[in-house]
Parts: sequence; structure tokens; C-alpha cells
Amino acid sequence: MKWFWYASPQTFFPLAGTIARWCAVAAAALTAIGLYIGFFVAPTDAQQGEVYRIIFIHVPAAWMSMFIYLVMAFWAALGLALNTRLSAMMAAALAPTGALFTFIALWTGSLWGKPTWGTYWVWDARLTSELILLFLYFGFIALRAAIEDPRRADRAAALLAIVGVVNVPIIYYSVQWWNTLHQGASVSFSRAPTMAATMLAGMIIMALAFWLYSIAVSLVRVRCMIREGA
Amino acid sequence: MLAAARCIVYRDLLLAVRRRSDVMTTLLFFVIVVSLFPLGVGPEPELLRAIGPGVIWVAALLASMLGLGRLFEADHADGTLEQLALGGAPLGVVVCAKALAHWLATGLPLVLVAPLLALQYGLPAPLYAVLALSLLLGTPVLSLIGAIGAALTLGLRGGGVLLALLVLPLFVPVLVLGAGAVEMAAAGIGGQAQLLLLAAMLVAAAAFAPWAIAAALRISLE
Repeated sequence: MKWFWYASPQTFFPLAGTIARWCAVAAAALTAIGLYIGFFVAPTDAQQGEVYRIIFIHVPAAWMSMFIYLVMAFWAALGLALNTRLSAMMAAALAPTGALFTFIALWTGSLWGKPTWGTYWVWDARLTSELILLFLYFGFIALRAAIEDPRRADRAAALLAIVGVVNVPIIYYSVQWWNTLHQGASVSFSRAPTMAATMLAGMIIMALAFWLYSIAVSLVRVRCMIREGA
Repeated sequence: MLAAARCIVYRDLLLAVRRRSDVMTTLLFFVIVVSLFPLGVGPEPELLRAIGPGVIWVAALLASMLGLGRLFEADHADGTLEQLALGGAPLGVVVCAKALAHWLATGLPLVLVAPLLALQYGLPAPLYAVLALSLLLGTPVLSLIGAIGAALTLGLRGGGVLLALLVLPLFVPVLVLGAGAVEMAAAGIGGQAQLLLLAAMLVAAAAFAPWAIAAALRISLE
């Protein structure tokens, strides 16, 4: 298969449109199924009651927020190494979606935290590193926006994404260690050991829906960028 | 290669000595920020002793970020940086030397003045050495990571604020380990683990950051 055939924005443009359309339809269908399972099929949690149902949004969003950063850094590195304009466009198109999912994960997490822990925010390791991840996304978007020359913007943002992706594990472990040092709120994430099969199914279907949504949205964004550049 | 590095360190230090106000403003900023906290949170000795290490570290973080904008700015404006990039010495060595000179001019004074501020916060005397050591290991990392951001934002409008947005999230591990070392020592457990990790971060940053700084400079100079 000729991969580089589609590395040209011109040939990629129609393909992106087709993929985006199918992914959008599939994402809508899977979201409907996932939310139906989440709200009507999955049983009420014995300990947390109805409030746990936010995990059908929260957990997939948190997965996506981290995964999209990796994908973004991958495209950024590819763009730097091969000097392909489309790779940089993919990285730039993924950033707002990644930031959105990071924000959703933080937001739904705090909504879940209020009834469960009695507070909207704790300086837990996961919450804190997710917040820093949001800052990293903002930095990437801001740097791209601040540079007028598109080639320099692509390459500078790509380098920042690579530096960020090297730092993400360091930040995560340092924050985790910091949290155990302080041992402030006695909060634990330990869930019930077994999760009902329908709960897991709902979560995985929602994660798939978020994947497809991210693909669709970022491809539409890439198409806009190709149009702007042309 | 080493001669070129020595030459750049000497030149940048000479420039810093000639323009003493740049060095002094960073140092004064550090002292003023640390002095503002008791005015904000109240003068209770226990409270100050508890927040002291964190406040001093955050202030050091901000102060070393403040000077970063000047790291490549003047050389970029008069074309020296392009000559350095075109010259025979590898750009990685050049930026390493510039980061070292920058740290000697702005980071080292913070390390030296920090025990005095610890005294103001009523930290017990054995902690001064731990605080100074943690800053001694941590501030070069800040200079190296910050130089990546400085190179990326070179010549941009509103570069200073953007630089803060780019590098402050990356400073988090240094802050956690640096302030953590002092707090652990204050708790009587000893902060060796944190100090060793800080040293490891310094080694890693010294090995990898020059590549990234040089790449970022090449992107900005095109």
C-alpha cells in the first residue's frame, strides 16, 4: 500500500471527508447505544448509587485525553522527521479535541467528587496530573497560534509536543509521589473489585464512540486547515 | 569545542557583570515575592515554617523564569546568535554554555540568598543546607528546560507570557522534588531520596535538553 500517496493534502482531502462522515455516523450510533446502556441497562451501584453513572462519560474522556496527547506527539514527530505538512496538520487538529476531553474528564470528575467525596476538588495525583496535562495542551495550542509563519509554527509546536510527551510520565510520577508525601484528604479510588458486565460494556462502547468522534472531528479540522492553506 | 564553550561562558558572564541591573532585578524579584507571602497569609510562625520551603521554591521558579526571556533575546536582536549557529562549534555545545552562563548569573544568586529567606521564615538551621542543595541541583534544570521554551518563543510577540505557559507545567517535577526534599528533612526523615532524584533529573536534562534547545533555535532562526 502506498502510504505516502495520502501524505499529500490534495489526495488526503477527499479521503478525510469520507472517513470523517462514516466515523461521525458510527460515533453518533455508538453514543446512543452506550448512553442507553449507561442510563437504563446498567444496574445501580451498591455503594455509590446512581451517581456512579458519570463514569460512562468520565472514564472514556480521561482515557482519550491521555491517548490523544500520545497520538498528537506521534504526528508531530513524524512531521519533524519526514517534513510532511499533513502530519503537522494532524497534530494541530488533535490538540483542541484532546484539551476538550481533558476538560470534560476534570469537569465530570469534580461533579462525581462532590456527592462521593463531599468536595469538588482534591489535590489527588490523578486530578493534578490531568490538570497539568490540560496546561500542556493549552501551551501547544498557544504556541502554534502565536507564530505567524505556518512552517515555523508547525515545527516549533511539534518540538514542544515531543518535549511534553517525554515529560508526561515524569510529571505523573512526581505528582503521585508528592501526593503520597502530603497524604491530605483520605480519598481512595478503590472501586468495587468486580464490575458488572453491563457497566464495562457501556464504558467500552462509550470509549469507542469517543474514539470515532475524535477521528471525525479532527479530520474535519484537517480539511478546514487544508482549505485555509490552499 | 571546549574553548568555544569557555569563551561563550566568559563573554556572557562579562555581559552580566557589565549590566548588573539584569541580575539584580531577578534576585530582588525573588526576595520580594518571598517577602509578600507573610503579608498575605499572616505572620504566625508555625504557618510560615510549614509553607516556607514551598514558597521559596515557587518564588525561585518564577524568578528563574523571569530571566529566561533575556537568554537569547539580545543575541538574536544583533545577529550574534545566527553567527553562533553558523560557526564551527556545535550548536548544542553553544547553547549548553549559554545556559550555564545564564544559570551562573541568575540561578546561583538565588541559591546563595535562599538560606537568608529561610531564616525569615523561621526554618530550623539544619534545613538551610538542604534548601540550598535542593536549589543548587534544581535551578540548573530550570535553566535548561526553560531554555527550550526561550528558544521556541524567540522573537514572538508577547513571548514572555507564552514562555510562562510553556515551561511552568514542565517545571512541576522539579518543584515537587525540591520542596519535597526540604519538607522531608524538616519532618526528620531526611530528603536524600528527593535530592538524588533531583540530581538524576539534572543529569538527564544536561544530556537531552541541549539537543532540544539547539533544534528549537534552528527552527526559530530559519
